[in-house]
Amino acid sequence: MSINLTLLIVMGVLYACGIYLILERSLTRVLLGLMLLANATNILILSTGGYAGLAPLFDKETGPDAYSDPLPQALILTSIVISFAVTAFMLGIIYRTWVLARQDEIQDDLEDVRVAKTPSFDAEDDAIVPLETSEFAITPSNTSDHGHPEATETPNTASTQEGGSA
Amino acid sequence: MITVLAITFVAATVAPLIFRKLGRNAFYALAAVPAAAFVWLLFQYGPVYSDGGIEEVLPWIPSLKLELAFRMDPLAWVMSLLILGVGSLVLVYCARYFKNKDADLGGFGAQLLAFAGAMFGLVTSDDLLMLFIFWELTTILSYLLIGYARTRLAARRSALQALMVTTAGGLAMLVGLIILGQAAGTYRISAILDQAGALMTGPMAGAVTAAVVLVLAGAVTKSALVPFHFWLPGAMAAPTPVSAYLHAAAMVKAGIYIVARLAPGFSESQFWLPVVLGLGLATMLVGGYRALRQTDIKLILAYGTVSQLGFLTMVVGLGRPDAALAGLGLLLAHGLFKAALFLVVGIIDHQSGTRDIRKLSGVFRSSRALGVVAAIAAASMAGVPPLAGFVAKESVFEAFVHYGTGDDAPAWGIWILVGLVIGSILTFAYSARFMWGAFATKPGVEPTPFKPIKPAFLAAPAILSFLTIVYGLWPAPVDTWIQPYAALFADRPDAVDAGHLALWHGLTPALGLTAITFAAGAAMFYGRNLVSRAQGLVPDWVDGDRAYQHTIGALDDVAVWVTGRTQRGSLYFYLAVILTVAFAVPATALIVANKPLPDGIYFIDPNSPLQMVAGAGIVVGALAAVRANKRFLAVLMVSVTGYGIALMFALQGAPDLALTQMLVETIVLVAFVLAMRSLPAELRDRTGGRLRVIRVIIGAAFGITMIFVAIYAMGARVATPISLDFPRLAYEGGGGLNVVNVTLVDIRAWDTFGEISVLAIAATGVASLIFVRSRGDRIKTSEAVPEGSVGRRTDVDRGSRDGATLAVAKKFTDVSRDAWLVAGRTLAPERRSIIFEVVTRLIFHSMIVFSIYLLLAGHNLPGGGFAGGLTAGLALTIRYLAGGRFELSEAATVSAGTLLGTGLATAAASGVVPLFLGGQVFQSAIIEFWLPVFGDVKFVTSTIFDIGVYIVVVGLALDVLRSLGAEIDEHFEGKGAPLAEEEDAADHSVLAGEAAESAASGKGTA
Repeated sequence: MSINLTLLIVMGVLYACGIYLILERSLTRVLLGLMLLANATNILILSTGGYAGLAPLFDKETGPDAYSDPLPQALILTSIVISFAVTAFMLGIIYRTWVLARQDEIQDDLEDVRVAKTPSFDAEDDAIVPLETSEFAITPSNTSDHGHPEATETPNTASTQEGGSA
Repeated sequence: MITVLAITFVAATVAPLIFRKLGRNAFYALAAVPAAAFVWLLFQYGPVYSDGGIEEVLPWIPSLKLELAFRMDPLAWVMSLLILGVGSLVLVYCARYFKNKDADLGGFGAQLLAFAGAMFGLVTSDDLLMLFIFWELTTILSYLLIGYARTRLAARRSALQALMVTTAGGLAMLVGLIILGQAAGTYRISAILDQAGALMTGPMAGAVTAAVVLVLAGAVTKSALVPFHFWLPGAMAAPTPVSAYLHAAAMVKAGIYIVARLAPGFSESQFWLPVVLGLGLATMLVGGYRALRQTDIKLILAYGTVSQLGFLTMVVGLGRPDAALAGLGLLLAHGLFKAALFLVVGIIDHQSGTRDIRKLSGVFRSSRALGVVAAIAAASMAGVPPLAGFVAKESVFEAFVHYGTGDDAPAWGIWILVGLVIGSILTFAYSARFMWGAFATKPGVEPTPFKPIKPAFLAAPAILSFLTIVYGLWPAPVDTWIQPYAALFADRPDAVDAGHLALWHGLTPALGLTAITFAAGAAMFYGRNLVSRAQGLVPDWVDGDRAYQHTIGALDDVAVWVTGRTQRGSLYFYLAVILTVAFAVPATALIVANKPLPDGIYFIDPNSPLQMVAGAGIVVGALAAVRANKRFLAVLMVSVTGYGIALMFALQGAPDLALTQMLVETIVLVAFVLAMRSLPAELRDRTGGRLRVIRVIIGAAFGITMIFVAIYAMGARVATPISLDFPRLAYEGGGGLNVVNVTLVDIRAWDTFGEISVLAIAATGVASLIFVRSRGDRIKTSEAVPEGSVGRRTDVDRGSRDGATLAVAKKFTDVSRDAWLVAGRTLAPERRSIIFEVVTRLIFHSMIVFSIYLLLAGHNLPGGGFAGGLTAGLALTIRYLAGGRFELSEAATVSAGTLLGTGLATAAASGVVPLFLGGQVFQSAIIEFWLPVFGDVKFVTSTIFDIGVYIVVVGLALDVLRSLGAEIDEHFEGKGAPLAEEEDAADHSVLAGEAAESAASGKGTA
């Protein structure tokens, strides 16, 4: 077991800085934060390989222990290139946001704010419906309803509720 | 039985087609289906009663113990009689109730028929889960049928209310059913009932008791018992035939059926009698009381039904042979008279246009036949001899007199009997109120206009009332049908003789109670004004409907509150919560576990002490990136950490990584500058103050937690790393010396293939974000582009310092000499740098050759497809920076999309081809041959895969340059102007000016 504290401290600082940055409102800083997080993660993976060793170029005379661990390296290599692609994509997003909205800042979602302020009254559930005493509207009192079908659905036309304790 | 079900459901499916052809007469065709099933049922009488029932089992999902198990025993047979018989009569009735022009008749008919099928399935299921499926089917169909009048708010709301209440109960029941099934080890109802006694005393006794209560909860909601009775009057928003069938004869009986089905096994369960008798009696009294207050004849019946359901639950659930006999007798009688009464209400509504007893007057005079039919049914409901209701109620009284006054009677038995009698008095009173309200000629109310009734319309209720009389006069057959069910209770220690359903039992106490009922009921009816005044004085007590509204309203409030607190629309808030959880949980775990630090921690790696220096550089870079308030400064500082990490890789013994990281860092830096040249230089920081402290805390805590998590995670490693085998595998299997590269292209080729797919997607994403309307794969040649036209500055004042610089630049470069670069001439003179052009000319081809070398050598030496591709990408970057966007298109004559596609296809081919040669996916082979100059060459086929990777990476780099570079240039110059529709002209010219400036500074930085 070998645990390289230098690498881990560097990793910790990178994580801390990355987290600090992604909690910002500026999109650019968020992207920089993500890059720092990617770098931190690469170091974390690297440190699992243990002591620094020979470059993993095969030599018959060398024992497998002497190399620097090749598996984390393969993983990191993948990660580096993917980070590049993701960074480019995020840059595209930042540019697009700038062109469309002239800002580089993350805005609060107005729709969510609106939802939070929604009253719980819902006409479908809470409006008062008049008592209906027929499915066939032919008596005079019902024909007026028939002429204005919405009248049966507006609140306040009557206070009796069907099934209530009339 | 399965055949009957299948036919019913198939008929329901095709029903809309029949309606399209026949109009409302299609109801007759639909009615034929349950009618035929009814006839079939009659023929099953022999097998069911003499051979102990018929059983059909079809395996469905054996692993879940789920099977299509059906069983027809006397209880199911009696229930089916009611369901199929009333079902076909209601369908016949519908044919005259609805008009041809009514909307959605096809769907309605289909649902009603399907409902009959679901009910039949429910009572014949012998599998708990099948039973539940049919149970929920009836709930859903009831929802659709109640909400038939979709445009009416009342109908929609009532439908939803019924659905909510019954599914809530249904879910409770499902839990109960699963507990029962698991406790018994089988889901077959008949098998569970056989071992019910053992279950209730066995090791699972507690669970079984709870399960029984949960199942009863389902029954209570379905059968509209207090406190869930309110949905049934609400459901009266349904068309009246639906009310007659679902809410009187069939669906609400499902709860009664469950009680009846389980009673032989579980009626001695601890909470059974309190629930059944307590809620049953309360429901009977509340329903009867409420029925007397209604002015809508349909609601009188609805509350009457509630009352009767409570009554039925008590009788059926008592768990004694005489009560069982009386209970099923009452169930049939109730089905007959209540369905008939609802159908009568439907006719009155249909013919007169109202159901309000304050408006109805003289209906009996207009239609005596209807009055007689209704009178018979209402009298049966009141328990008047010689009708079915009388016969059944007499037996009920008999049973409860035995139960309440016998030698072993419980203390409260007598009070149950008293309650029953009061309930029956109320029933008599509201039956009379119904008849009076619907048919009487009332002084002061003008006679209701009433259209004559066609015989076909009246047929269904008339048949039902006729059967009521037959049942009353000749109860022996019904008695025979039910006796086998009652006999199930006969082996109880305290069992009494079941007795018989009969018109005349002699002068029994029960008859005396009936007499009291009639007298008191009649008195209540004659003193109805007094009664209603007394009722008016009673304050509104707890109202189930209002309680439901409040519950739903409170749920809405909670939902809005929770949503408002959690869904704040602030990314900062979400991330803060997520990240806090991300460090708090592992940190807590570490602290709680409180383990000593693992061995093997060292601060300085003896093999490479220089790491300390690189590490210090990285830390400084990271902190500076956080502090920086200039955009490009921050970017540069992040690059410092990146280059530092490249150094770290080199020191750790990872040359491939170091090489790749260097190249990526460089290209990323260029991409940053290109993309951000139009953004303001300042990085404003608006999340200051308290939030900043929180950010520092979260960041620091996260970083520290990660350090300790990493220490403990690595300290926990016990196995030998798998990578110790990699060098050998790489050399012997992959034929390469560079272990990392062979890992990428051979040992873990699938991984890499996934990765390059991501690269292709991301590249396409970048292009789409910038080009918006297309991928922008059109190649632009420079031939037609006029000299010095690209990026010309026009807005500079000649007199200014800037203008003077420009003039000098023009002097130096405005010479039409042979270009070092193909498209260099297209660039505005002030943009050109002769040194840059010459250097580019000198190194571009070398870089491309070097990139190919890296690609091919990568198998044995540091390098490979990624590093090679990035080098080529860097070469293109230099061409673009030196010669502008037309230079880029001249340098890369193949579109980026084509490159990405070719690369992916090449990599995929290297994976697939081995399959055809008898190998495995991505299997590599080593081919050795001789070439002039090179001599012996060892070619490993995984190199082809690496070539694919190379092409994809070049495509990615090209896409980045074309999008973030060339296309944005064009936006600035306002030529291609794909964004013109989003910008107004004024805005645009400002943008172009600004942009040109920052483009210049951008290039300077790069």
